[in-house]
Amino acid sequence: MSIDMTEDSNVPYAIRTYPPEKLKDALRKMYLIRKFEEGAEDSYTRGLIHGTMHLCIGQEASSVGTCLSLTDSDKITSTHRGHGHCIAKGADVAKMFAEFFGKETGYCRGRGGSMHIADPSKGNLGANGIVGGGLPIAVGAALSAKRLGRDDVTICFFGDGANNEGAFHESVNMAAVWKLPVVFVCENNKYGMSTSIDRSTSVKSIADRAKGYDIPGVSVDGNDISAVAEAIETAVARARAGEGPSLVENVTYRWRGHSKSDRNRYRTKEEISDWMERDPIPRFAADLVSHGILSDAEVAELDADTDREIAEAIDFARSGPDPDISALTRDVYTETAA
Amino acid sequence: MREITLSQAVNEAIAEEMRRDPTVFLLGEDVAEAGTPFKVLSGLVEEFGTERIIDTPISEPGFVGLAVGAAMTGARPIVDLMFGDFLYLVMDQLCNQAAKQHYMSGGKLSVPMVLRTNLGATRRSAAQHSQSLQALVAHIPGLKVALPSSAYEAKGLMKTAIRDNNPVVIFEDKLMYQDKAPVPEEEYLIPFGEANIKREGTDITLIATSSMVQVAEKAAETLAAEGISAEVIDPRTIVPLDEATLIESVKKTSRAIVIDEGHQSYGVTSEIASRLNEKAFYHLDAPVLRMGAMDVPVPFSPALEDLTVPTPEGVAAAARKLCSGELIHAA
Repeated sequence: MSIDMTEDSNVPYAIRTYPPEKLKDALRKMYLIRKFEEGAEDSYTRGLIHGTMHLCIGQEASSVGTCLSLTDSDKITSTHRGHGHCIAKGADVAKMFAEFFGKETGYCRGRGGSMHIADPSKGNLGANGIVGGGLPIAVGAALSAKRLGRDDVTICFFGDGANNEGAFHESVNMAAVWKLPVVFVCENNKYGMSTSIDRSTSVKSIADRAKGYDIPGVSVDGNDISAVAEAIETAVARARAGEGPSLVENVTYRWRGHSKSDRNRYRTKEEISDWMERDPIPRFAADLVSHGILSDAEVAELDADTDREIAEAIDFARSGPDPDISALTRDVYTETAA
Repeated sequence: MREITLSQAVNEAIAEEMRRDPTVFLLGEDVAEAGTPFKVLSGLVEEFGTERIIDTPISEPGFVGLAVGAAMTGARPIVDLMFGDFLYLVMDQLCNQAAKQHYMSGGKLSVPMVLRTNLGATRRSAAQHSQSLQALVAHIPGLKVALPSSAYEAKGLMKTAIRDNNPVVIFEDKLMYQDKAPVPEEEYLIPFGEANIKREGTDITLIATSSMVQVAEKAAETLAAEGISAEVIDPRTIVPLDEATLIESVKKTSRAIVIDEGHQSYGVTSEIASRLNEKAFYHLDAPVLRMGAMDVPVPFSPALEDLTVPTPEGVAAAARKLCSGELIHAA
């Protein structure tokens, strides 16, 4: 089968832009995120994981589409709902689960947990437990790239809730004034905990916030990986060319509640089921099949492989050692100096 | 030895480190052409340009956060926070982000940044430009806190801070910027966690920080004339704290007053006094006294403001009472 690669064709952007291996890996990561979250939820229900967690089931296209064209030296800052960002940026799910299980073998040796996974080797500067906390940090990473002559771009993930934090406005303004290589990616899942954006936000679309800072702002269907990837590539190219930041709003939806304490009283079952019908994963899988990138059998194989990978990751996490209690105070300060 | 002002000392330290290390840069409000309201940074932008001496918008939480992100990715930023009172604006980035990144990431991330700001009342600046908030940040694990008491300390501690891979907060006494002290021409650094015994004595230990070191030294002069021998110690950094030197001194003198310009309650003086009680209790002949700023917002009127901070006369009077055996209990 031959694919019409022209821009006017009906072939989605991602499919006419990326090689088959990259597209296959994107679908694999979407499965992995979904199953990671389901595995985390199941482990929590069984009492194996403590604390709380913020699941991104339903938002996989936003994470994977945003990170699709990034290199390992490109940076991201993430949020409390950050498991998908980690996986999209190349994290190892076994070390992520080990962190959730509070083990020495976890990404942060059990010091961080679900809200603080960082993996600088892949450019992941960490998730954040404070809404809006990562925004200035992302701009700082972009400032250091510019100052030190690196060509990496920083992707700053944040949620609709953070768009009303002062940190958002200060960060976007400074990035715009100094034309820093950062892309602000708002995952608008419509609710900050239980408060809908209709009740919290003065603009119809969060992308409209860009006008206040004279930077490009675009709102896309965050459940369409192609639409996300296209918007991000444009923004990343602009950033890398030294033309400054952009704001991309990925409109999406979290199927689960805000956290484990959420009883979903602020939204209807119908609203949730409507969004579940817009599941980004089968949508992308169907596109890949219809355009001849993968066969149905290959999709089924990815599905099964990621099930196995998650099961093995949970086994790795469960069997890992607890942190050594004699090292409880290690890493409060680093002993090294310049 | 030549004498330079505290302001010149800070300026020299930053310039030397910026020449030595291209990853060092400075950002804050009115730092470039203006050189800060106190003119501490005058001339730096001429040498290093606006790429490395960066005027920011008035966005304190934002630019402190920028420094955190830059520090996490290979740069060594110095943030200039115009007044110590503005620390309240930047608490999330300083205490939730900078202080915790290294620990939360299991040692993978580090935040080699310096936040330089100031402390000190009696400048007639009223309650929002006069506070000494070192206790707030000293309370947070992950931050180091330096309190230079003269031009000599200001230079040596600043250079150490810039080379440290942890977030460091340096408070300069804004009333001392024009005070001169001997500062060597040749390079030196002052290690963190090493107290300086400013004056040796045998009857009482006066532990004083920053602006209060000269207060303690004046009190010690007065006391010496009366036959009371006071030892004056400047911890220089309160995180890390050179506990050993303080305890050794108190074991020798068996009396101590701790003096710091922050509010007395729940403050630096309370912490150091507690440690002395815990670790030198059986060597003490009198309760360890705390002398901090009064627990009141700093008033504007000079007639009121001057009463809120410890003075040499007050310290000497308290020392006399301790040495004469007249025990004092906090009111």
